[in-house]
Amino acid sequence: MAPQRSAGKHMGNPTTAPPLVETRGLKKYFSTPQGPLHAVDNVNITIARGETLGLVGESGCGKSTLGRVVIRLLNPTAGSVFLDGHDIVNYGKEELRSFRRRAQMVFQDPYSSLNPRLSVEQLISEPLRIHKVFPNERETSARVKKLMDTVGLAQRLATSFPHELDGGRRQRIGVARALALGPEFIVLDEPVSALDVCVQAQILNLLHDLKDEFQYTYLFITHDLSVVRHISNRIVVMYLGKVIELADHLELFENPQHPYTRALLSAIPVPRVDIARKGRIILEGDVPSPVNPPAGCRFYGRCPSRQDICAVNAPELEEISPDHFLACHFPVSTGGN
Amino acid sequence: MDQQREHILDIRDLRVQYHTDTGLVKAVEGLNLSLARGETLGLVGETGAGKTTTALAIMQLIASPPGRIAGGSIFFEGEDMLAKSEEEKRHIRGGKIAMIFQDPMTSLNPVLSVQEQIAEMIRLHQKVTDKEALEKARDMLGLVGLRPERGPDYPHQFSGGMKQRVVIAIALACSPRLLIADEPTTALDVTIQAQILELMQQLKQHFNTATILISHDLGVVAQLCDSVAIMYAGRILEKADAKSLYANPQHPYTQGLFNSIPDMTKNVTRLNTIAGLPPDPTELPPGCCFAPRCAHASGACSEGSPRMVEYKPGHFVACSRMNGNGGGALGPAEERGQAHG
Amino acid sequence: MALLQKNSNMYLTLVRLRRNRLAILGLLIMGALILIAIFAPWLAPYDFATQDLISAFETPSWEHPLGTDDFGRDILSRIIYGARVSLQVGVLAVFIAMVSGGTLGAIAGYYGGRIDGVIMRVMDVLLSIPQILLAIAIAAALGPGLLNLTIAVGIAALPTFARVVRGAVLSIVGQEYIEAAHCMGASDAWIIIRHILPNCSAPIIVQSTLRVAQAILAAAALSFLGLGIQPPFPEWGGMLSGARGYVRDYAYMTIFPGLAIMITIMALNFLGDGLRDAMDPKMKR
Repeated sequence: MAPQRSAGKHMGNPTTAPPLVETRGLKKYFSTPQGPLHAVDNVNITIARGETLGLVGESGCGKSTLGRVVIRLLNPTAGSVFLDGHDIVNYGKEELRSFRRRAQMVFQDPYSSLNPRLSVEQLISEPLRIHKVFPNERETSARVKKLMDTVGLAQRLATSFPHELDGGRRQRIGVARALALGPEFIVLDEPVSALDVCVQAQILNLLHDLKDEFQYTYLFITHDLSVVRHISNRIVVMYLGKVIELADHLELFENPQHPYTRALLSAIPVPRVDIARKGRIILEGDVPSPVNPPAGCRFYGRCPSRQDICAVNAPELEEISPDHFLACHFPVSTGGN
Repeated sequence: MDQQREHILDIRDLRVQYHTDTGLVKAVEGLNLSLARGETLGLVGETGAGKTTTALAIMQLIASPPGRIAGGSIFFEGEDMLAKSEEEKRHIRGGKIAMIFQDPMTSLNPVLSVQEQIAEMIRLHQKVTDKEALEKARDMLGLVGLRPERGPDYPHQFSGGMKQRVVIAIALACSPRLLIADEPTTALDVTIQAQILELMQQLKQHFNTATILISHDLGVVAQLCDSVAIMYAGRILEKADAKSLYANPQHPYTQGLFNSIPDMTKNVTRLNTIAGLPPDPTELPPGCCFAPRCAHASGACSEGSPRMVEYKPGHFVACSRMNGNGGGALGPAEERGQAHG
Repeated sequence: MALLQKNSNMYLTLVRLRRNRLAILGLLIMGALILIAIFAPWLAPYDFATQDLISAFETPSWEHPLGTDDFGRDILSRIIYGARVSLQVGVLAVFIAMVSGGTLGAIAGYYGGRIDGVIMRVMDVLLSIPQILLAIAIAAALGPGLLNLTIAVGIAALPTFARVVRGAVLSIVGQEYIEAAHCMGASDAWIIIRHILPNCSAPIIVQSTLRVAQAILAAAALSFLGLGIQPPFPEWGGMLSGARGYVRDYAYMTIFPGLAIMITIMALNFLGDGLRDAMDPKMKR
């Protein structure tokens, strides 16, 4: 365990300032009738203050579980999560309550993440009421008005109900609700994947502007690489519960080293006829089940550059160039392809 | 009549409406569209643009009530679908026009093995013995890249991508003349989507079936389609061959769509997107339905719907900015005639 | 009233309900029955217990619109007073079942695991006994009387409510807005009261309406068997029971109480079905 710890400490953060969020040896297993499901398996990541970390992977790779463990919506099976140097895993009820004011989440589905019986005003004010932030109605409602302005919701919508609003406006409510308690750290769990392209762009712009104004720290979870590219500082790629590659966003797009990252990048449908139809890497097969995963590299079964050692020996995450971490025995640039 | 013969599908001035609690929704409003044999057309638009309604209208599957086809005509292989009896429509559905739905999880029957589901389709539309149908079903499995031995397995034993392969096999089992694929890869992961798109590309060459690919994703359409139609608020705003449309989008809405997609080759911090929202389908604005959001809108835009104009050969745009350009050249020909080129 | 804000769910439900003619008919009938029950002493032409043996077995006439029974009591008056008993038993029994069964179901659904297992197995045992038999057993054990009848019918209906509420809670616990509430730091009590219960009100209200009808039927059946309301107090089931010996010669004695039961049950079922359609979010178009 010791080497992983040290790996976690110096990983990825170029400045000397301590990271805002850090995970060490983080594991989350779910028990299923067929055996333990390895949703998150020994993940060490850091997120610097003010940084946006993009977390990318396909369904079942554990990205949403990781996001939920990081803000203690789920308790980890093993390992620690630090916020500002404090391990939140051992927090009791009261500490957890004050932690909720510092770390918030925006959910994927703008339809099921809002209680259909509450009005916009009630939805946004709920966290303020739970934490009794203001002594009276007047201040609470003033704060709600301000939040609505911040996320670009017209005041006249305050008495509307979610079912009257489109997906984009609903997601703005979700963002306002997450901002209400003035958090530092926000987990964005696929915040735009349920939205149409135009609305998606509007929400991405909103998240970008908010960060500019309030210096939030984001963990941006998505399956869509094209979405994270322009909003993230660094990007983590996960596959079956493991981090397989972590690099600066430009580095990852220009110099992807893991065969899976390369395939993922090449699978993005580009809206251009001239380059859309050539040179695509098509992976074989499906993502295997995270229940009782294979012993060696988890990508072994689908990897175009696999060799015998990969089936037995799981590669560790190592720094292959400054701030570029990779878990692969045969990276692309060393002739793996 | 000539057009009807060369086109496998010819939709003229189609109007579909739904009666809802909040009023009359004009889901499709004066839609003109035609499809040549073997052509793959991408029908692109956002949620509520009327893409799926158009598909259901072609299949004659608009649920009534609340919906109804309020006007227009749909010619399939030169014959008016609206005039056909329920019996004839049933024969066409699945046999001559097949459809692939978005969600492979719900479009398969969980209690029938996949080969039975493919064979069922064949038995419904062709005079074959049970044994022949099963044999054909296994062949189809091979064609869509599944091992024929897996035929007796049940849908829950397959992953999402494999289920979508089965759905495609069912759709193509009777060699339909027209295939309508409604967001066939939207529910799938990126790497699986790439596999399915690759498969559809191969099948397109194999069967040469005329296809309408409904998608919100300009990237997916770019991979498969020969021509593209951009739909907005129940109308087609722009239609052209894929090359021309992707290289040179003319309608402000199309341009906005392209700008909203994060460009993988450029570094931008903010995206250029279209302000505002699509109009309320119960209260469509007068004139051009995109005018309220359009940066180029002028007074003329809110008076009367802009005509489809041939901006250059084969590239049609419904925007009043174009009327000075191509409208005169085309003369007083009927609007729908122009749309079919 | 926040509830009747023009765009609230409640308002939309009412708008949809108004379009369902049968449901409105049911609502009107139930409204009328409730008024009849409340104002029975003013509406009834005679006292329900006054015997008049001279005018026994009179067929309907101007004096006695629905005739008289074997003791010469006015049947119309007895049916009017009977509405009081039937509605009281039906509503109270369902209330007992809803509160106790609903609480058990909500606890089972929200906490899950072992608690869920224990509660629901007990409910399964109760459900495996035919409800009318269960009610008969309880009524026999408690003895006759209005309150005991209500309790017996209520307990018999309890497991159904536990199941309905548990199912509703389970479907809501899985929603993202419950997770969002946890994320805000809300307590269990806050989540149950503010998020879960309001969202399961639809199935509970629908189930209650339909169950009132069944409770009235069960109460009538128990009274018919002599386990319910004791004479001379009028109860529709009891009236049927008393008249059954005369059904060949004086059919009207059974027809009118029977009609009263039938109309009430039908009205409640129309209303219940209408509410179900109106409250179902899938019906939102």
